Amino acid sequence: MNNKVVAALPLLLALAPSLAMAESASDNYHTYCIQCHGMRGDGMGVNIRDMSVQPRDHTDAKAMGGRSDDEIFKVIKEGGLSISKSVLMPPWGSTFTDNEIHDLVKYLRTLCKCKHGG
Amino acid sequence: MNTRLFLSILFGMTCLLSPQAYAGEDGLSILTSRCATCHNLKGPAPTSLKALWQRKGPDLFYAGNKYRHDWLVTWLQKPVRIRPAGMFYRDHIKPGPKHDVVDESTLKPHLRLNKADAMAVADALMTLKAHSNLVASEKLTPAPSPIGEMMFDKIYGCMACHQIEPGFGGMSGPEAYTAGKRLQAPFMLSYIKNPQAWDPKIWMPNKHVPADNIQQLVNYLIDLSKEDFSDEQ
Ligand code: HEC
Ligand code: HEC
Ligand code: HEC
Repeated sequence: MNNKVVAALPLLLALAPSLAMAESASDNYHTYCIQCHGMRGDGMGVNIRDMSVQPRDHTDAKAMGGRSDDEIFKVIKEGGLSISKSVLMPPWGSTFTDNEIHDLVKYLRTLCKCKHGG
Repeated sequence: MNTRLFLSILFGMTCLLSPQAYAGEDGLSILTSRCATCHNLKGPAPTSLKALWQRKGPDLFYAGNKYRHDWLVTWLQKPVRIRPAGMFYRDHIKPGPKHDVVDESTLKPHLRLNKADAMAVADALMTLKAHSNLVASEKLTPAPSPIGEMMFDKIYGCMACHQIEPGFGGMSGPEAYTAGKRLQAPFMLSYIKNPQAWDPKIWMPNKHVPADNIQQLVNYLIDLSKEDFSDEQ
């Protein structure tokens, strides 16, 4: 092993926990999103009874197909207000990396079995 | 007999005569022997979802910067539910007729302490002071908060996850109507500003509330906790 590699080792070790933090989209969804969007992703979460705007049904192909991947990315990262929707949809930019949010967008496309425009 | 020997004999006798009182003197040993199976006393908070899901009770390693001492003494003797859907809500919900509901059968009552132990444990908890840097610069200016409730419910949508009175509000976060009694003001200010600084994987989002409005929210929570909810629900 050359000296440079040895010198870089502590740095790599220090980075390891943050690298290990990338979680799967399904795990993220079932930790952060189902509290409002429901165990089945149908918008029927445990929190919704007293909410003035109801969460989106993520299995609704028509509604979800009306949004581009960029819009879905934006609403997850910056919250409902960023696309002129309800503040009750929170911003998750301090919770996820951009990569995790891209994975969530793909995951939502599997829930609705849809893509933008149909 | 020298004084030190005399004192240690006296101490030994006190322990034999009143195990209760002796146990009551050592809050930290109660914590390690009876609480550490569910509560993290050393840190750090979970940094992966797996660790988050396995957490059995709230982290206590920064208890001294989080709780109010008087509340700890009372609650430990008479614990009542704080999180309507338990520690990790996903473990305690099931599909209901209209929407997911809390599965009450999965929620267990909290262990209870006698008065002496509760006092000793509360004292010990107040010495656990991780994250002092996060609260050092937080200071609440007490003031009336006429639009605090509107902020909590409508402007920031905090009520989606927190109840503002028994049976009204969200279920996945701790009840908000007792927060002002339970928690130190600087902790609330800091937690609302950046929940992930305390608990990186928590399912409370950072809503980027400006500092002035965090002041209003915390003043509101403190006022709210002074209302009497005992005859509701
Ligand atoms: C506190 C409750 C809450 C949580 C938690 C939540 N949402 Fe939402 N979400 C909402 C509400 C309410 C709406 C509907 C907003 C509206 O229609 O104005 C919504 C809407 C959406 C939409 C549709 C936006 C549109 O109009 O097309 C997407 C996509 C979405 N949420 C994704 C997520 C994801 C992904 C997560 C988890 C990372 C999540 N949400 C967590 C409440 C929540
Ligand atoms: C079987 C697991 C378990 C054990 C053992 C246990 N606790 Fe807890 N504790 C919990 C859970 C779960 C909660 C959350 C209760 C709620 O939110 O309603 C909790 C809540 C608390 C709280 C309130 C914390 C907060 O942030 O809301 C304190 C303080 C506390 N426990 C102290 C103790 C002490 C002291 C002991 C030991 C004497 C102990 N616990 C033993 C599971 C446990
Ligand atoms: C998506 C759900 C969600 C939203 C929205 C939310 N919270 Fe929370 N909140 C939580 C969870 C979960 C916790 C921590 C639970 C724990 O420590 O066990 C928490 C903790 C807190 C605490 C500490 C409470 C305690 O009892 O330990 C305060 C204070 C708080 N939130 C205030 C707010 C405010 C103010 C807002 C709006 C700006 C807000 N929350 C929005 C879920 C949420």
